[in-house]
Amino acid sequence: MFDQLTSRFEDFFKKLRGHGKLTEQNIQQSMREIRRILLEADVNFKVVKGFIERVQEKALGQEVFKSITPGQQVIKIINDELIHLLGEGHSRLDFSGLPPVPLMIVGLQGSGKTTLCAKLALHLRRKGKFPLLVAADIYRPAAIDQLNQLGKQLDLPVWAMGTKNPVKICTESIKEARKTGRDVVILDTAGRLHIDKEMMQELTRIKDAVKPAEILYVADGMAGQDAVNAAREFAERLDYSGIVLTKLDGDAKGGAALSIRAVTGRPIRFIGTGEKPDALEEFHPDRMASRILGMGDIITLVEKAQDTVDQETAEKMAQKIARSEFTLEDFLDQFKQIRKMGSLDQIMSMIPGMGKQLKGMDLNESELNRTEAIILSMTPEERRKPHIINGSRRKRIAAGSGTSVQNVNQLLKQYDQLRSMMKQMGKVKGHGGKFPKIPFPMG
Amino acid sequence: MGIFNKLKGGLSKTRQKLGSQLKNIINSHARIDDELYDALEETLIAADIGVDATLEILDALRDKVKQLSANGKDPDIILDLLAEIISESLSSSVVESELNLDHHPAVILIVGVNGSGKTTSIAKLAYHFQRKNRRVMLAAADTFRAAATEQLLEWGNRVGVTVVHQQSGADPAAVAFDALQSARAKGYDLLIIDTAGRLHNKANLMQELAKISRVLKKQDPDAPHEVFLVLDSTTGQNALQQAKVFQEISGVTGLVMSKLDGTAKGGAVIPICRELNLPLRFIGLGEKKEDLEVFDPAAYAKAILEPEEQPA
Repeated sequence: MFDQLTSRFEDFFKKLRGHGKLTEQNIQQSMREIRRILLEADVNFKVVKGFIERVQEKALGQEVFKSITPGQQVIKIINDELIHLLGEGHSRLDFSGLPPVPLMIVGLQGSGKTTLCAKLALHLRRKGKFPLLVAADIYRPAAIDQLNQLGKQLDLPVWAMGTKNPVKICTESIKEARKTGRDVVILDTAGRLHIDKEMMQELTRIKDAVKPAEILYVADGMAGQDAVNAAREFAERLDYSGIVLTKLDGDAKGGAALSIRAVTGRPIRFIGTGEKPDALEEFHPDRMASRILGMGDIITLVEKAQDTVDQETAEKMAQKIARSEFTLEDFLDQFKQIRKMGSLDQIMSMIPGMGKQLKGMDLNESELNRTEAIILSMTPEERRKPHIINGSRRKRIAAGSGTSVQNVNQLLKQYDQLRSMMKQMGKVKGHGGKFPKIPFPMG
Repeated sequence: MGIFNKLKGGLSKTRQKLGSQLKNIINSHARIDDELYDALEETLIAADIGVDATLEILDALRDKVKQLSANGKDPDIILDLLAEIISESLSSSVVESELNLDHHPAVILIVGVNGSGKTTSIAKLAYHFQRKNRRVMLAAADTFRAAATEQLLEWGNRVGVTVVHQQSGADPAAVAFDALQSARAKGYDLLIIDTAGRLHNKANLMQELAKISRVLKKQDPDAPHEVFLVLDSTTGQNALQQAKVFQEISGVTGLVMSKLDGTAKGGAVIPICRELNLPLRFIGLGEKKEDLEVFDPAAYAKAILEPEEQPA
């Protein structure tokens, strides 16, 4: 996620850091470059304008010129402004009301509302809640079936009442929740255009009838310049309390995140990072800013690790990584636990300085399966000392794992790459002197 | 209502705002200067045309303006010139030939990212070709998303076309293969295959798409005869990357742009047409089966740039 934006910023910062002294002229040129990077990342042009003006104003201030590392100063300004744009601090969902607490999910067609409902329900159940899913999309063919099937997959109850009167479906669902002891009600409303007055009024009616504790606006993370128009219109009509960005596992640069937050002033609560029901992350502006700028997101990585890996094993593994003692055996041991945390590229993208190195490395799942088979076909000694794997051993391993010698070679090469990447992790120093303050999570 | 009116109707809100803003700027200028070009640049970028294509279009505009006589350089004509350039860059990629659908049955494979509007577009396409007296069959090869098959079945019902399907989780290539076999045996004219939405950077899902095409070729080496990529008009600069990868993997032959009845202008299609030389074939303007229009570059360029004459 945000990979391309990140790599653009990494290039740009490298250039900027090279300047011993910054002149007004090269600051202005830098601003033009930032403008282009942001526009190509789908940040709304008006938001870009404001951003550039603020950064430029600060960058032209005295401190930058006096500083021995003016480039670093500018980077810090950009980072701060980015966090400012994305909003300060993580804001949690409000469950203070008397249960059942209704949550209303709204958005344009195809933004990913129904999938989000399922993800949110799962997320809340893991936090000890008892959610009820409500099929209030009576328009799209088979939308109710979709929610029913998702409910069945996740073993969660779904309230459906056919294809008439969504307001009534919602109010009845609250009664049902009260009766059956569900404490959160997630209302899946139909996708609609923000300029469709009648359909927007329907949402207002549902809101008035149900009085939801939270209304979440779901926006497509691949959206372009118009994202702000729809988001603003929904905000004016419904006064929603938070934003969810979906499809951020694609390679879109995700600039819509910045724009929507900036234009509506509402916090981004969650981001969707995959099709599986657990591909939902809480949104933290500061972490996202560092991720966009190529500084990694160690905190989320640690949290993910804590969620899925037991503490002791994680620490042991981390120590090995830090000391570059990571053998193929460890690799195999950690294989399943790592995969529980998400895809490898997802994990790697959170490690500072990794964004760049990952380019061109193919990390898809079937490759992972093959990798597992190859390692399983090695003897324990080979796994501990991969350098002893000579030609005839390679042949044997290939035959044993149903792969080719090339595959084995490739794996050994990748293992070498991984090891050198891990060595670098120890050396990675933050940008703008910011990162070293964050303790290295696993070492 | 003709194509143009329908398109205008769908884009009315957009154009009203855009038109009046631009008009104001143009009216306040006695001559064509840099400030005016800046305003035009913002307008094009706001339409998702992208930085590169916008700069190219503006360069072309400057060239055109240069060729005008001194007293012809009235700011009022600038929108016409701009519309002309946009329309040209969209038409140059419209292949002169008709759609490649003369085979019996011809096969259209529909691909795209999640939520772009594939299934709805298929229903509209089915209706469109049915009205042209073609016997249309649909294949539900999205066996992944919950209730995707049910959604297509419901559309099949509404439009009145046959839908071939298997159970959820079935191999999509097998569904496509069986559907083609059935369409051939029963003498259908056109088979439209729905596929699961997938992000283009998911290598294994993209391979699944390649497999569908491979399997179809076992029965008919020319199939699929058309591969349409459905693009959401609200998508930003990522659309170009989507189009590149889908074209590489599944040999996209044309584009369908959905959701143009909103305020998004879908300008991301312009760099796609310019760079990949892919024709935009159809545009979606609503949720009903008849809300599909054959794409007309001139009308589109005009509709997004011309000011509204009467408030909608």
